[in-house]
Amino acid sequence: MTDVLPVLYPLLGFMVIASVIAIEAKDLLSTVISVSAAGAGLAIVFLLLGAPDLAITEVVVEVVSMVFLIRVAVRRDDTTYDQARDMFNVAAGLVFLGLIVVASVYAFRWMKPFGAPEMTMSRPYLERAFTDTGAANAVTAVLLDFRAYDTLGEATVIFAAIVGAYAVLRHVGRKRDVALRNEPHS
Amino acid sequence: MSHSGMSLIVREVTKLVTGFIALYAAYIVLYGHLTPGGGFVGGVILACCFILTVLAFGKDFADRMITDAGAKIWDVFGAMLFLVVALVGYRAGAFFANFLPHEGNFRLFSAGMIPVCNVAIGIKVAACILGAFLALSVFRPGQVDEEKE
Amino acid sequence: MGAHATLPFVLAVVLLGIGVYAIACKKNLIKMIVGVIVTEYAVNLFLVLLGYRSGGAAPILAEGQAPADLVQRAVDPLPQAMILTSIVIGLGVVALMVAMALRIHEKYGTFDLSLIRRLRG
Repeated sequence: MTDVLPVLYPLLGFMVIASVIAIEAKDLLSTVISVSAAGAGLAIVFLLLGAPDLAITEVVVEVVSMVFLIRVAVRRDDTTYDQARDMFNVAAGLVFLGLIVVASVYAFRWMKPFGAPEMTMSRPYLERAFTDTGAANAVTAVLLDFRAYDTLGEATVIFAAIVGAYAVLRHVGRKRDVALRNEPHS
Repeated sequence: MSHSGMSLIVREVTKLVTGFIALYAAYIVLYGHLTPGGGFVGGVILACCFILTVLAFGKDFADRMITDAGAKIWDVFGAMLFLVVALVGYRAGAFFANFLPHEGNFRLFSAGMIPVCNVAIGIKVAACILGAFLALSVFRPGQVDEEKE
Repeated sequence: MGAHATLPFVLAVVLLGIGVYAIACKKNLIKMIVGVIVTEYAVNLFLVLLGYRSGGAAPILAEGQAPADLVQRAVDPLPQAMILTSIVIGLGVVALMVAMALRIHEKYGTFDLSLIRRLRG
């Protein structure tokens, strides 16, 4: 357990600090860059935890996500937004945070310690991944042979999300929106 | 987002690099059962290759490679290929059964239907992400298409 | 050694709390989208931290290795397989949220939720 912890803690701390900077920054370009830095830190953490597939995936998904965020957030008429406090929002946020703290304190009592997982379901998968499927990569064998239904569900979810994006961005003839935009803001 | 592309240096470097990115994506998809990777990662990398071309050369040049409708057709083709592989496995005993020979020799075609599934998932994810990017990049606020009533 | 057993999990839950705070308390639409992204990072990190075995290797069989040796040394491959699909689904959700934010900005001219609530729908 001591071989990865001296590097894991600074990286997790970097991710927390980058997320706080992303959320509290005044202009939106700093927000986008900070959240991309947090994603890059997460990719290095995945590599340290013995998950090279996830590290590659996280890096590439971070790049495309940054392209999408820059498309929406960085504009020529960008103004800095001041965050006035709204009491109902802050109260709701505190209630949710309190629920998370209570649930995690209760859950940490009977969780296994870090570095000693149970692996009751994964032992047969690791033993039979090569002989039953012929794939040396156990993660691919789990994704595409032992648990292929979940991959079908994942393909369906991505399809639904992208079709939702198409439907939102379609241009149908609606004169009301154009009139609302052209009249002076009351 | 302008439609005219980027400067000369970006265009020259893109001409040199996109072939290697597409080759890397194909390697990750096909060898997904032997090295880290798989269909999902390879699909997103292939989408990145197309996004780079669209950003560097403008949409009018990239329309000759793949259009919005073309991205949607490739998306559905990838999903249908994955479903066909699943249903054909039904004849061999169960849904999603591994029916091609899989003796496991660390070779490219030694894992049964897993490389075919990886290719189908790679095509599907690449077309999905590319279609979302194209739909986001042609969006102009306030535009109204009268003929789509 | 008691603190080291749960401190990585505590940091993941702290990240989750930061994301939930951004979703609940921020008025800017882009900060809300960033909050959802940070929450996704926290959940993926927590599940991969659950499957880590100390001194473990990646679950990929080498050329001359026996499968019994892999069972002794590898980390848990089951959370990794689920998180792999979850990361790519997160990208699709970010695309959908960005599309909706573009539409809202087209209709109301601003990203500020307190102004949007006062404008006529």
